[in-house]
Amino acid sequence: MIVEIGHFALVLALCVSLVQGTLPLIGAARGDLAWMETARPSAVVQFGLVALAFLTLFHAFIYSDFSVALVASHSHSLQPTIYKISAVWGNHEGSMVLWVFILALFGAAIAIFGGNLPASLRSRVLAVQGLVGFGFLLFIIVTSNPFLRLDPPALEGANLNPLLQDPGLAFHPPFLYLGYVGFSTAFSFAVAALIEGRVDPAWARWVRPWTLAAWCALTVGIAMGSWWAYYELGWGGWWFWDPVENASFMPWIVGTALLHTAIVVEKRDSMKTWTILLSILTFSLSLIGTFLVRSGVLTSVHAFATDPGRGLFILMLLVVAIGGSLTLYAWRAPMLKGGGLFAPISREGALVLNNLLLTTAFATVFLGTLYPLFLDVLGGSKVSVGPPYFNATFLPLTTPVAVAMVVGPMLAWKRGDLAGALQRLWLAFVAVAVTVVGTIIVMGDKSILAALAMGLAAWVAVGVAVELAERLRLFRAPLGEVWRRARQLPRASYGMSIAHFGVAVFIAGVTASSAWRVEVIATARPGDTLTLADYDFRFLGVRGGDGPNYSYDRGFFEVSRQGQPVALMTPEKRAYIVQSQPTTEAAIHTTFFSDLYAVLGDADGSGSWTVRLYYNPLVPWIWIGCVIMAAGGMVSLSDRRLRIGVPVRRRREPVAAAEATA
Amino acid sequence: MSTPGPSSFRPIFLLPLVVFAAVAVYFLFGLQLDSRKLPSALIGLPTPAFALPPLAGAPPAPGVSGTIPGLAAEDFKGQVSLVNVFASWCGPCLVEHPFFMRLAETTPIPIVAINYKDKPENAAAWLRRFGNPYRRIGADEDGRVGIDWGVYGVPETFVVDGQGTIRFKHVGPVTEAAMRDDILPCIENLRNGRDCS
Amino acid sequence: MTRKRRRLYVVVLCMTALFSAAALVLTAFEDNLVFFYSPSDLATKGLAGERRIRIGGLVEEGSVLRDGSTTIRFRVTDLQTALPVVFNGILPDLFREGQGVVAEGRMGPNGVFTATEVLAKHDENYMPPEVAEALKKAGHWQDGMAK
Repeated sequence: MIVEIGHFALVLALCVSLVQGTLPLIGAARGDLAWMETARPSAVVQFGLVALAFLTLFHAFIYSDFSVALVASHSHSLQPTIYKISAVWGNHEGSMVLWVFILALFGAAIAIFGGNLPASLRSRVLAVQGLVGFGFLLFIIVTSNPFLRLDPPALEGANLNPLLQDPGLAFHPPFLYLGYVGFSTAFSFAVAALIEGRVDPAWARWVRPWTLAAWCALTVGIAMGSWWAYYELGWGGWWFWDPVENASFMPWIVGTALLHTAIVVEKRDSMKTWTILLSILTFSLSLIGTFLVRSGVLTSVHAFATDPGRGLFILMLLVVAIGGSLTLYAWRAPMLKGGGLFAPISREGALVLNNLLLTTAFATVFLGTLYPLFLDVLGGSKVSVGPPYFNATFLPLTTPVAVAMVVGPMLAWKRGDLAGALQRLWLAFVAVAVTVVGTIIVMGDKSILAALAMGLAAWVAVGVAVELAERLRLFRAPLGEVWRRARQLPRASYGMSIAHFGVAVFIAGVTASSAWRVEVIATARPGDTLTLADYDFRFLGVRGGDGPNYSYDRGFFEVSRQGQPVALMTPEKRAYIVQSQPTTEAAIHTTFFSDLYAVLGDADGSGSWTVRLYYNPLVPWIWIGCVIMAAGGMVSLSDRRLRIGVPVRRRREPVAAAEATA
Repeated sequence: MSTPGPSSFRPIFLLPLVVFAAVAVYFLFGLQLDSRKLPSALIGLPTPAFALPPLAGAPPAPGVSGTIPGLAAEDFKGQVSLVNVFASWCGPCLVEHPFFMRLAETTPIPIVAINYKDKPENAAAWLRRFGNPYRRIGADEDGRVGIDWGVYGVPETFVVDGQGTIRFKHVGPVTEAAMRDDILPCIENLRNGRDCS
Repeated sequence: MTRKRRRLYVVVLCMTALFSAAALVLTAFEDNLVFFYSPSDLATKGLAGERRIRIGGLVEEGSVLRDGSTTIRFRVTDLQTALPVVFNGILPDLFREGQGVVAEGRMGPNGVFTATEVLAKHDENYMPPEVAEALKKAGHWQDGMAK
């Protein structure tokens, strides 16, 4: 009965979303306030209904209701409760419900917190949001109904895919979707602005917090996914440029570009059509990502069971949503009036450069991801485009972004002084020189490229600090004044500094872990000692046992460094009983500066085991960097101006007014 | 980036739409290329001539008491049957196994099996543990018969009509959807004297 | 700074970015496209050399040999031709005899494929489409021979 209520709620939500998608639009076109105002209650009601449907699905999973087909094929009564919960979205149908749930969540949030938006803009934004929701609700109800019953009910479930039974992956999809789907707000705002034919700084100020929130969630989501791949797949790698990973990474790149260009619209009333295009593009890429993952047109190690019939439906949704919005763009965007002029060397100029490089980098990723498909369609050979391609194209294009990231914020709006900015960055130049020379001395001159990359990290880290210190007039003004400035500096400025610092940490982590990783693959008998970097791994042997729904072989390694015990590492090979599928659980001993990583391979039958050991320097910094970036976004989000969202006339104080930025 | 007049149209703004249209066309064709749907050269042809010995130690199936007999080409005469190629070493086989158990317990459709490249003792133990839905099991230890049937990899499932002609083939584990939308309708149609699909 | 001047700068910048990206993409494609072959393709074409390729098929039953070190030898078959493969490392969890596999590496002059990576799908459901494709091709070829 409860399941039927969920099903019914979902169908009702579909009807409500249709109302939300049409009446306010008509009302806004006619200037009828009563019709426009239907948008807010319907967005809230739609959210309530989708939430109800989502909760009934939770109920079915937690109480192992195997009369529901979805529960029977993706859950098991022995599964730990946390994985019964994550099984809700660990499958196609459930993940689509999560998708719509988050879409409705953002819609309701705009309805509730959008009190100070002009009525026509608000109703149009909510209407677009409603139409997107309508498309996906229809998709769920027609092709992927999660509430189908089994007759007769199954006695036991088929278990969740063992690879998904992992704390890291359990909460990866909600974050990823918060990001993916959160970009729908930017999309709705862009389409609404095109219909209105008006984009102004107030508009940008409205779009940015939503985009920023989505961006933070996506950053965390991608980081979690890569962390999961790192410890679960047992290859010691953390990013594989796999099509599914790229599908989530492409909206991130374009979303990052959007965050930066929206600043130009907000501060300088310029680059409007470009910003609108990026808003549409970011969400379009989220949709395309959903399509790629769900339809199986791309082969990927991540691709879970796929269905071309559903693919066709999503493709139709894509054509309506993306094609429709781009048609609107082609028609209306030329009418948007441009604003302030600027010299190439200026804050705006730097942000243009940022956008140009990021979108070009995105284009190369897009091409690399879809090229195998294009060739396949043309009847050519089967090819795959591997990490070397992406490294060779993406890194050269994004390195200048990191270089410019430090200089950009030091330039004034309209017309900047490049030589002056570089002069004031002398400390960063010193830091680069010290880091590069130091790295070469310590690590040897074979790793010049890596040393330069470490120099880049130092450049960004010190550059960010110099920029912040300059704003606070640290070491140049009396402490009292510094404190006053520190308090008055907008949170958005701190947010920028924090996020950019996160990039520095990330670069250092990526560089060190890929350049100076040490790896040993060997067969070991109990009692053998393997040496890796300056650690000794003594292999004590393997013992078998049983977990809640799997059995395991657990290897024991006693790790010591120059005779001092460091850790006992216990990598496992698990066999999940229901699916008789093995998984590898790497053992990781982490310090802030490095990871030791051990994987147990196969037994050869004569008492020895294949083992693989890694020493990964600075690898934790990759994820720490991502978390810092997301934290920077959150700090920026807490900025009063963004929360209030109305352009307030700023006090003409020398510091805050001239230099306030993200 | 900026234009003066309200009614101006500039071709450059059409570019994103054109690019997207091209990508969408590729996606459309990409969807047609589902390489997982393998056409079987054997559909519409009689089953290969074969006779496989019974699986030693197989437990009884629902509705069948006593020992489970082996499988030969003549066994298909007279009624529509479902042929499942399975092995105890095959993980996906376990995924589809509950569907066959349910089918055997709730319907009269005869389900028979080819036990592909398996050790009889392992296969028998596997069936004792998870249940035996099969009325007949042919033990194909060296995989010879499997090759004649065009088996690419286990599991595979065939529908064979009462004349011994292969009418449908499903590659990979049978899913809820495949059972509901393809296999059961096919059997139903064949029993009513119609074509498979 | 006039609008025209500014537009000129932007266009020049765009073009530079576009050209450098195109150059990067083309050179990277040149070196890094990995083509996929089935064992039968390799037998007829005899591709040996520096180029990294991918092969796919089923792991032949009874062909997996471990020699006590970390080196593993096995044969990949499309049920037409079997190709000997040597791999040094830990095989993925889903690697099993009789199941689909994709290996990436180089073809040696001695007809042995040296794999640097062996891939198996995360999903337990069946085989990678490339493998299916290779087998399908082999199957069609068989049909052609029979007629």
